[in-house]
Amino acid sequence: MAAMAALRALRWRLPRTPGPGPARRLSTAEFPSPEEKPQFPGASADFADRLEFIQPNVISGIPVYRVMDRQGHIVSPAEDPQLPKELVLKLYKTMTLLNTMDRILYESQRQGRISFYMTNYGEEGTHVGSAAALDDTDLVFGQYREAGVLMYRGYPLDLFMAQCYGNTSDPGKGRQMPVHYGCRDRHFVTISSPLATQIPQAVGAAYAIKRADANRAVICYFGEGAASEGDAHAGFNFAATLECPIVFFCRNNGYAISTPTSEQYRGDGIAARGPGYGLMSIRVDGNDVFAVYNATKEARRRAVAENQPFLIEAMTYRIGHHSTSDDSSAYRSVDEVNYWDKQDHPISRLRHYMLNRGWWDEEQEKGWRKSSRKMVMEAFEEAERKPKPNPQLLFSDVYREMPPHLRRQRAALERHLQHYGEHYPLEHFEK
Amino acid sequence: MAAAGLALRGALASGAAVAVRRRGGLWSCLSPLPAAPRRSAAHFAFQPDPAPSAYGQTQKMNLFQSITSALDNALAKDPTAVIFGEDVAFGGVFRCTVGLRDKYGKDRVFNTPLCEQGIVGFGIGVAVAGATAIAEIQFADYIFPAFDQIVNEAAKYRYRSGDLFNCGNLTIRAPWGCVGHGALYHSQSPEAFFAHCPGIKIVIPRSPLQAKGLLLSCIEDKNPCIFFEPKILYRAAVEQVPVEPYNIPLSQAEVLQTGSDVTLVAWGTQVHVIKEVAAMAQEKLGVSCEVIDLRTILPWDTETVCKVLLNGSTAFCCVGHSSQFRIISKLAEGTLCPLIQVTDEYVE
Repeated sequence: MAAMAALRALRWRLPRTPGPGPARRLSTAEFPSPEEKPQFPGASADFADRLEFIQPNVISGIPVYRVMDRQGHIVSPAEDPQLPKELVLKLYKTMTLLNTMDRILYESQRQGRISFYMTNYGEEGTHVGSAAALDDTDLVFGQYREAGVLMYRGYPLDLFMAQCYGNTSDPGKGRQMPVHYGCRDRHFVTISSPLATQIPQAVGAAYAIKRADANRAVICYFGEGAASEGDAHAGFNFAATLECPIVFFCRNNGYAISTPTSEQYRGDGIAARGPGYGLMSIRVDGNDVFAVYNATKEARRRAVAENQPFLIEAMTYRIGHHSTSDDSSAYRSVDEVNYWDKQDHPISRLRHYMLNRGWWDEEQEKGWRKSSRKMVMEAFEEAERKPKPNPQLLFSDVYREMPPHLRRQRAALERHLQHYGEHYPLEHFEK
Repeated sequence: MAAAGLALRGALASGAAVAVRRRGGLWSCLSPLPAAPRRSAAHFAFQPDPAPSAYGQTQKMNLFQSITSALDNALAKDPTAVIFGEDVAFGGVFRCTVGLRDKYGKDRVFNTPLCEQGIVGFGIGVAVAGATAIAEIQFADYIFPAFDQIVNEAAKYRYRSGDLFNCGNLTIRAPWGCVGHGALYHSQSPEAFFAHCPGIKIVIPRSPLQAKGLLLSCIEDKNPCIFFEPKILYRAAVEQVPVEPYNIPLSQAEVLQTGSDVTLVAWGTQVHVIKEVAAMAQEKLGVSCEVIDLRTILPWDTETVCKVLLNGSTAFCCVGHSSQFRIISKLAEGTLCPLIQVTDEYVE
């Protein structure tokens, strides 16, 4: 039977020429030298007559594409995206506003005002450079450290704060930990804590969008740690085989909580996996906002035009702790962190560029820092004053319609709170 | 797992027919078996329902054909609907998607790589983008790599986003239960693992007629659904099934027979077993049995089941998994009704 199957496969591969029956078709005359070329359905290549294993690094390291050097000078004029001043200022202001929001929310967690926080320090260039290169209606599946993408799309400070406080203005109704943002109008799918689950989902969404012929793309963010999950493998493989218009954007920031990249993978990063899946792939300097912009812009354009997935590995560095529950001094040196903070920061690199062009000066910097801090503090204070959502919201949205058993539970909670409400901090919750 | 799984998957679907065809050559040297070989050890008598008159023309269909008919109706009605999974393009190893690719195009009925977590994750994404996703997991035994996507993602999508996003257009189909020759990894009934997970619906039909109406309800329902298909019924169960689409409501149990002494509850294949038991109990013991097909395992129809309990059955028997039994036993505490569970506590 196996032989018959092989013959069937051979027949399928042969050009269909009119002629006598099947036996005739298999003669060597019409199938010249089948021995000279492997006919396995799973690969197309030549035979090798020498025993040789393939080296894991076929090429000596995938290069890091950049546009600007660390002092903000354009390295190759041909690669300069030549973004207008207004857009560059928008990039810069988003990156710095994000940085300011991070500082205030991080501090507020330290003071016990919010339960948890994750800063974006050092990765602002990856967020904003990619967001600027997308269409505003492209669907975003994030991991959890992509607040800058949402901020670039104009998500207001008070909604960031509302989510972190889980107050009545939180569109997520206070159900998730801080930084799990979502916004339907801005096409930013709500973050979930399990890592990499968003990757195959983003691929499915890209497939549906392709069928709808909507001239939209999907972008899916994840870290180099999440790329070790099975879901990452699933997503890459599905996207390639099902020809989906998606940009996989890996933020390789050096650490998955405490685990360094040297203990996360042994190959040449995440970009090196692309060819194995049949993905177009590139590695970029994630601290160079223009490099990120160029790579994302071209990947996005081609993904939609050609219905094929692209993989971008943006090399960057997580300057902050993983989260407020982490102290990174336990596993990395202050000197290492300082290097990235002082010598190779995406914000200072773009500022150098703007200063070089005469688009920005120290006075503007001071003024913007002051006004952005004021905006964040105002939003923060307002969020803090708002109550938590009504406890009855515990039971909605489990199903689209509330089934009888949840209605019973909700009624039971209501009765319970009527009798014993004095034992609960109900004054903090919406009535 | 993949290699062994694949070999078995192929063998299960078409093994018997192929084996017969292969018998020539050396086989002819063997002496014939003393009796006809028994391929399957499972026993039950499928009891068809009468042909319905409410939904127009009917046609004789077995369960896999009624599934195909439902999928055909779904694809015809909803241009965004897509069907995907392992081997579905050529018709599926159980033949549930036969002809659909040719009829609706290869972008609507397509194979995926062999990866259950990918299939469910992909399906969630299709649904989040607003299209209708009908995913097939080739065997319920292989649904576990997708457990995280089902339990942490699909089930919680609407809740965690405050209803900004949802994947209610997702339906996951999977062949379920034993046939008799599937042994450890082609026989499982894993619904209990999902039965404690708020946010999803779980449905198991007992017949072709039920399967079509319930599957169409799952596909149209705005919550993610898992639809387990008793694979022993794929060919063994034949009924007159309407050609046109129709719905059987979810979360509604069906009282198949009223009785005054004992209440029997089951779902899927076991419904036919308890119907037979009810007849035997009446005939041999003079015991009158109420027979209920639960149909939807989550969220299940507590009202119908409780009404029966309160009406004063003197005993209650749940044929199925301990999860439901535990819940039912809790409900029955106040009724002084003795409870029997026909499955081992630890055999799910």
